Amino acid sequence: MSWLRIRELVRKEFIQLFRDKKNRPLLIIAPFVQLLVFGYVLSTDVRDVRVGIVDQSRTRESRLLMDALNANRTFRITQYTNHPKELDEVLLRRKVDLALKIGPDFSERIRKGNSAPVQILADGSMSNMASLRIAYTSLVLEGFNQRMIEERFKQRLDYGKIDARIRTWYNPNLDSRNFFVPGIVAILIMILSLLLTSMAIIREKEAGTIEQLIVTPLRPIELILGKTIPYIIITQTLMIIVITFAIVWFSLPLKGNFFLLIAAACLFLLSTLGIGLFISTISATQQQAMMTTFFFILPFFMFSGFVFPIASMPTVIQWLTYLNPLRYFLVIIRGVFLKGVGMEILWPQFIAMMVLGLIVFISAVKRFRKRLD
Amino acid sequence: MNNSGSDAVMVEDLEKRFGRFVAVDKISFAVKKGEVFGLLGPNGAGKSTTIRMLCGIIAPTSGYGRVAGHDIFSEPEAIKHAIGYMSQKFSLYEDMTPYENIRFYLGVYEVPQEAWKERIEWVLDMARLQDVRYRITRELPPGWRQRLALGCALLHRPEILFLDEPTSGVDPITRRSFWEFINTLAAQGVTVFVTTHYMDEARNCQRLVMINEGKIAAMGSPSEIIAEVFPCRPEADLSDVFIHLMARRGE
Repeated sequence: MSWLRIRELVRKEFIQLFRDKKNRPLLIIAPFVQLLVFGYVLSTDVRDVRVGIVDQSRTRESRLLMDALNANRTFRITQYTNHPKELDEVLLRRKVDLALKIGPDFSERIRKGNSAPVQILADGSMSNMASLRIAYTSLVLEGFNQRMIEERFKQRLDYGKIDARIRTWYNPNLDSRNFFVPGIVAILIMILSLLLTSMAIIREKEAGTIEQLIVTPLRPIELILGKTIPYIIITQTLMIIVITFAIVWFSLPLKGNFFLLIAAACLFLLSTLGIGLFISTISATQQQAMMTTFFFILPFFMFSGFVFPIASMPTVIQWLTYLNPLRYFLVIIRGVFLKGVGMEILWPQFIAMMVLGLIVFISAVKRFRKRLD
Repeated sequence: MNNSGSDAVMVEDLEKRFGRFVAVDKISFAVKKGEVFGLLGPNGAGKSTTIRMLCGIIAPTSGYGRVAGHDIFSEPEAIKHAIGYMSQKFSLYEDMTPYENIRFYLGVYEVPQEAWKERIEWVLDMARLQDVRYRITRELPPGWRQRLALGCALLHRPEILFLDEPTSGVDPITRRSFWEFINTLAAQGVTVFVTTHYMDEARNCQRLVMINEGKIAAMGSPSEIIAEVFPCRPEADLSDVFIHLMARRGE
């Protein structure tokens, strides 16, 4: 293996990459747009739930219930109506996210010591959000109940009762941004390394320049290294920039070791660069390579746990996710970012990613060499 | 072949099939060292396929061949050190400058770095590209790009130079100076193997092989071939021979 050849290949690759003006937005703007979009827009937090209310009771108790809702920062009562029908209408038109119906006999029942039904309507067309909103509402109602009981029986009633003191570790405010932003770093690395490697080889095929390389003593492994080293350097540089940006701009905590992330990214790149090489052997044009790349990216993205939890996938799909390198990289990057854990916890992920990466990369290299000969 | 030691290229029963299509049908010929050798034939005759097999771009289906003393089946890597190749389509990097292209191929051919400066100047002088060394290659006229391609194929001082239709799409003046340069190279002992369908170029070759539909139709020096095909027509030239031989098969 000749380092001189590899050095000149890498040099050539950088010259071409930065000379082509079309590449600049891909390399500079795209990462930041993605980071900002995911950081600001994509959020599964339950905030600012608009509530519509029909209060047919109009008593002290019903007002107390409404106050309890309003006092909670999650809820905001935006509609008061007198007719239950009207309330259905505003829910249908998505003017409110949640509707609450307080019946005429509400306070009467409470005063008598009976249970008083309150109807809660949620927009179930967004199932995940609906269940979260209902859960939050139940919490508020729970508090209200507690208060009513305390008022009625003026003594402490919490003997022998479980008092749950809940603390959320690693992300105390359950900020979904803290969950998503580290994941975006992983996604960015995946997309860029896949796309850039396959493109770099296909470009030579399309232009016919690969033929001139084949008649030289250049070995396939040197060509492969010359085509992957530049993109390792670029993706690692981008990762450092993007992480720094995420820490400064989004005040994301980086609790663990930064160098562990770099090491993990290197193992992750084994898989993505391998797939990039593979794509270059099955595509003839850059368009084909682009389409094939997205064909790979989508399942990786969907079945990684980036947005959709793996635990809620069907069992067979859950097994399949073990073949997805992104799955492991996400666990590592979130673990290092939010929990500050190191090798002592993450070694299974590191090993899985290494084994997967080596298999993918070596078989891609073999296929690539066969194609070139 | 008893005098294979002095042959730069030697093939016997060389065959290439693409599925059921026979592109090159068991051809045999030899090229002497220092010779300007021409492979003639109409489009689709198998010229490019032959030259690409000799350069190790595609693998032959069967037969035997040696280039620069190395077996084309078992020692393609050794051959690659000894040859230079220029394809009919410009295949250097159009988005890089002549200087960057030359530098890249110096690295790929592992030319010692002490020699780089001298070689770069030599190639730029030879290809008359000194003034445009830092211009993007895409912006250069086709003839200039072709000179750069030839220069890059010679960077490592190969024993044998393979040229696949080197002057297609180049004006006659450039073509003449191109051939003058080829002859100087041959005088320095470089074997030149060239494919063409221009008869005026074929006249520049010391020896020719004419192929049609993958088979050899005629072999020898230009005058030998003319005498063999038209023994009673002293006024006939290479074009007559070419048209006669190529038409015969088409009938």
